Formats: sequence, structure tokens, C-alpha cells
Amino acid sequence: MTLNKPPAAQERVPSRRRSALLAGCAASVVMLTVAGCSGGSATGTTVKDGFAQAAQKDGALTVWVDATRLDAAKLYQKLHPDVKMDIVTYDGDANGSNYLQTKVQLFNRTGKGWPDVVFSSQNNEATWAVDAGFAAPLNKGLISSMTLAEFAKGANDVCTVNGTVYCLRNDLSQAVLWYNAPLLKKFGYTVPTTWEEYQQLGEKVAKEHPGYLVGDAGDSFTPEIYLWASKCGANHITGPKSVSVNTTSENCTKMAKLMDVLIKDKAMSVSGVFSTDFGKNEADKVLLMPGPAWYGSALFQGTFKTPAKQIAAAPIPQWKGDPSPTTGNVGGGTWLLSQHSAHIKAATDFLKWVTTDKAYQGSKAPGFPAYAPAADTWLNAQSTAGYFSGDLSALKDASSQVWPGWGSGQFSQEAIWAATVKPGLTQGKSIVSMLPAWQDAITKYAESDGYKVSK
Amino acid sequence: MTLTHTSAGSAARRPRGAARQSRAGMAFVAAYVILLIAFGVLPTAYAVYFAFTDAGGTFTGISNFLTTGHDFRFMGAVSHIAVYLVFWLASLVVFVVGLALLLHRLASGTAGKALRFLYYIPGALAGAASVLVWLFMLDPTVSPVSSLLSALGFHTFGEVIAPGNLPVLFTIIAFWTGAGGWIVVMYGALNNIPTDVMEAARIDGANAWQTAWRVQIPMLRKWIVYMVILAFAGGAQLFVEPQLLSLASVGVAGRDYSLNQLTYDFAFQMNNINGAAAVSVELLVVSVSAAAVFVARSGFFDAE
Repeated sequence: MTLNKPPAAQERVPSRRRSALLAGCAASVVMLTVAGCSGGSATGTTVKDGFAQAAQKDGALTVWVDATRLDAAKLYQKLHPDVKMDIVTYDGDANGSNYLQTKVQLFNRTGKGWPDVVFSSQNNEATWAVDAGFAAPLNKGLISSMTLAEFAKGANDVCTVNGTVYCLRNDLSQAVLWYNAPLLKKFGYTVPTTWEEYQQLGEKVAKEHPGYLVGDAGDSFTPEIYLWASKCGANHITGPKSVSVNTTSENCTKMAKLMDVLIKDKAMSVSGVFSTDFGKNEADKVLLMPGPAWYGSALFQGTFKTPAKQIAAAPIPQWKGDPSPTTGNVGGGTWLLSQHSAHIKAATDFLKWVTTDKAYQGSKAPGFPAYAPAADTWLNAQSTAGYFSGDLSALKDASSQVWPGWGSGQFSQEAIWAATVKPGLTQGKSIVSMLPAWQDAITKYAESDGYKVSK
Repeated sequence: MTLTHTSAGSAARRPRGAARQSRAGMAFVAAYVILLIAFGVLPTAYAVYFAFTDAGGTFTGISNFLTTGHDFRFMGAVSHIAVYLVFWLASLVVFVVGLALLLHRLASGTAGKALRFLYYIPGALAGAASVLVWLFMLDPTVSPVSSLLSALGFHTFGEVIAPGNLPVLFTIIAFWTGAGGWIVVMYGALNNIPTDVMEAARIDGANAWQTAWRVQIPMLRKWIVYMVILAFAGGAQLFVEPQLLSLASVGVAGRDYSLNQLTYDFAFQMNNINGAAAVSVELLVVSVSAAAVFVARSGFFDAE
């Protein structure tokens, strides 16, 4: 995460080679399009707020958002009609598409095109966006320390590189235990509070109500729900370019064993919750489902179309006797401000509004706001909306219980799990048996991205 | 007098006509050459320049090749592509030639026309769209052939796209999207075989199999070699199929299955454009070398 190499846009190309490049550019349309000839001049920059700012100009503020965050940008535009905005929708880097990174690499070469503010659904954008010279530091003058202090504890850890905050968290995605309250009551069960009880209940459900599910292990973010909550040290980012990986510790194996038992009993599915077969065959069979905060509206209300007054949230189970409750986390978007912005004042205003203002975060945002004052308003709004059964206070408790021993590195844990463990699960292999292979894959991907790996 | 005059006139016109024709030919060729230089030669030269330099433009020898070659994903991607090429080229040669021969025998009837149309339909779909069609075909929950998938023991999308199945799946997708065009090309080549040659074979008592094996296939040799050269180069650059399958399966199919995907990852995931260029240059060298071997062995450029 440190600046191991100079940002691409600021690299000084030797003049002779630059001439050769320019000659090549003039000779070919291809060069103009692919390589670009502008070179990203740094003239007219002023060092302010902790970075060299481009010459400030009038003009439209370019904001990139995903389809879900389009409402946020539109609302800002409606409330600030005097601000000229160019709102661009893109995939939000969903499913690790790397669209933003790809485009920034190209913009760095052409010397133009960067958005002023961008939303990403991925938590690890800061790890490359700082190296690429894209993300602007936010706690050096742009965003006040008072505002930053009001984000939930640890919310902006994923945005912090060497003590500098390079992005603001949009929403938290702390995991809780979602359950179908009327169904649980009908079956005569109570919500498990420990993982041991959770396993016993799963085994009981398998015998007494076969077909019903207490969880799902088929998604690429499965380890972030179960193994992260169990304090499995598979992904402990210990420094800017160092990570500790130990997938065979007791904390990992005991959760893997629990999952293996429930998968064998068919009380835990191995289809992803967004897969077509889960939607068709299993969506109405969910009794319990550990999962992130956004499962409530995005999965149960949106994808599964579960009727109102059924889904409730409880704290995620803990291992018996564990004095420190912890949970995992799945995603949670971030907002980045470009170092290259020529509209920094407008960009900062938008960034601050979109992450903290109750008009969006408190009332309209689909996920649990990372900004704590907005989160209270959001929870009240969810309660009065009438979809959930009971209140969502479990989400608030969980927001400060995300285990800090699992980080956001440059390599994608989700992609590694999907390619390494998921195919084995489909073929009937146990998770315990695949833990060493998982360790090996994480180590190789981390080393390939320049991380020093320890166990 | 008139005749002489006419002859002299036509004799004088002929060179002018030939010059016009020559100029028209030059214009057509020039347009192609300009496009070839702009979109083929210069980008290739640029990639070669990148492959031997670092981010600052300093010459680094073969270090980009060594770095990428030592990456743990490199040999995996090479073996994936090698296995895929074996499946893809074998199926292409056997089925394209077989189906073209069949089409040629049925050419006179309505069935022949219908088949020609059918073979060409997949080629009319754009590459990525064709692959998307297959994403539905391969998902037992929504596939129109789900009973067939079920009979083969596949009940979920995850089971279908197990890593061991990928070479076969990519072959089926690539065959479906690309083979139709080649069948039509082979059919055209079969039509070019002189009728007296076919007549002679029939008079000599050759049956359909003997005519195909001893007359038609040898006379198709250059077309088959041409197809194999292009299919090899295209197959070695496998990208769209695994990339879309990877996105559709949320990573199960792997983001680094093929060498081109690995190149994409080097360029845009790891910010190593120079390493990406090195892998691209290796692909180019392998494809050109394979083409050279095929051309040399087949006498592709020999005059008839």
C-alpha cells in the first residue's frame, strides 16, 4: 500500500524516449487512441491539502456511480441545482470487475479522463488507487477530523494507507444472523446465540424439516461471513505490503468443520444466494442465514421477494465462552476523490454530502451507513418502513464488532475462494480438506501482488 | 481501313485501360496496407517496445519475459491453452471437413440450402453475444436443454463449469460460434473441385468415402491448413469465453485461465503493462512459428 513506485501520471520519461514516443504517436491513429500523446503534464499544480492539485477550473463535476448510487447523485443534483454535474453510471466494480482500475491505468497514460468523484462497491480500491496516484488524501485538509471521527469505529480502516485516509466508506456490511421469524416460531425453534447451538439447530432442521436451510456456503464471499466471524487468520494485512496467512489454525478449522457437517446434512446450501438454482429451488426454504447488513433489503426484499414482516436480524452467533463478540463483513462501498480533479471544492462538497448527509444516507441509502449519525436515522427509517419483523438493533451492535484481523489487500480474497474452494465444494470435497490449498493460493496471489507473506 | 483503324485504336486504348486497372488495384492495396500498418504493424511494434522496456522506458532485456514466466499462473495458463487447442483444432478439422463434405453431397436438395443457412446463423451473432447464449444453455435451471444436462449428471451451473469441463465447454462454444463460417468456406472450396475429376473418380468406381478421402480432402488441403493457422492463432488468444464465464460464475471459472486473461490481469490488475506486452509477444511468436511450420509442411504457397 505504500508508494513503492511513482504514480504513472507523474513518471518522468527520458526525453529521448519521449521524443520517440511522440514520433510514434504522430505516425499512428492507434498510438493516439491507445497510448495518448498528452503525457499528463503536471504544470499549474499547487500543493495543497497534502497533494499537488491540478489548476482549478469551472466546468461540470464528473461523478461515476453504480446503478444503485445513481439515486444519490440525482438527489444531490436536485438539491444543488447550481452545481453542474456529469453523472456517469458504470458497474461499480461489482464482482471484482476492476473496471475503475482498468480505466484509471488508461487515463494515467492519456493524461485525462479521470472522474472527480467515484463510487466503488469494493473495499480494496485504496490499495491500488494510492499507488496509481489516483486517490486524493482526505484527512490533510479536505475533510475535517471532526467529520472523520463520526464514522463508525474502523469503518475507514480500508481507506487508510500509512495513516492517511484516501476514501470514505459508504456503508458498513457487518454480518448478522438473518432469520425467518414466523417460520422459526412455527417450527418451535429459538434463535441460536452460539455457533455450537447454531450447528445443533442445523442438524435438527436437517432431520425434522429436510430441505430447509440454516445458511449458504456457495458464494465467493462465504469466508467473509463464516471464517472472518470465527477470527480465522487467513487474511491479516499486517503492513502496507505484508500479510499473515494461516488458514489451518483452530479458529479456521472449527468453523470449517461446522460448515462441513451442515453441508453434508444439506442444511447449508452450496449454491450461491444469487445463483439461478438457489432463487428457483431454495429461496423460500431459508430459515436462518448468516449474512451482511445489505442482505435485508437487497437479498430478502429484492431478489427473493420474501413477504414483509418475516425477516428479522439477530446478532451473529459466537463460539461458546468467547468473551469478545466478533463478526465478519462483506463489502461496503467506498467513495474516492481524484487527485487530478480540477473541481476539488465541488467534488469535496459532493463527497461529504453523499457520505454523511441524512437526506441520502439517513433516508434513501439501501445499506447501513458508515457515518454513525446517519446510521441512527437510517435504522429509524427501516423500522418505520414496516418490512422487517422486529427492530434492526442487531445491525447497530454488529457495526462495531467487525473483527479487525481480516484486511482488504490488493488481491481479491473472494476471487481466490471462488477459484480454489468453490469448485471442490461443488464436487463434494470438505472445506477442512481444502484449507491447505486455500492457504497456498492466497500465498501465491499475495506474493504475485508484491506482498511479503508470513504465517 | 476501318478494321485497321479500329485495331490501332484498341491497341492504343489497352495500355491506358491497363494503367487505370493498375491504379485502381494500387488504391485498393494501399488502403489495406495503410490499415495494416496503423492497426497491425505499429501496435505490434509498440508491444515489442513495451516488452523489452520498463515503465520508464529503459531497456530491460528479457526481464519482463522472466518475471511473467516465473509467475505462478503462467504455466497453468499455458497448459490450459494447450489442452484447449488440442480439443479445438481436432474438433474443427474433423467436424468442419466432415460437415462440409456432407453439405456438398446434399447441395442440390432443399436440405442442403437449409443446412447452409443453419451453419451460418451462429457466425452472424457477435462473439460475446454467442457466449452469453451459451451461459444460458449451460445453466440447468434455465437451459432449454436442461433434461440433457440432467441426464449427463449436471444439476447446477457450478457442476457444469467444474474446472475439468472447461476445455470441452470452450471448444463447444468456440465451435458453435466459429465453425459455421468455415463450413461455408470449405463448401465453396469443394465446389471448386473440377467436375471432371469427380467424374473420373466415379467412373473408376470410387464410392462416397473413397472420393472424400482420396480426392476431395487432398484437394482441400490448403484450405484446411489455412483454417488451422487462423484457428490456432485465435485459439491461443482465448479470452472472451473464459472471461465471461468467470464473471457469470463469480470467479469459479478463474480470472486467469487463459494467457490473454493473464495478460489483461498483468496490465490492469497488477499495473504491469510491460509484463503484459511480454506475454503478448510470446503469443505472437508462438502463433507465427506454428503458422510457418504449417505453411512450410503443407506447401501452402506453392503455385498450382
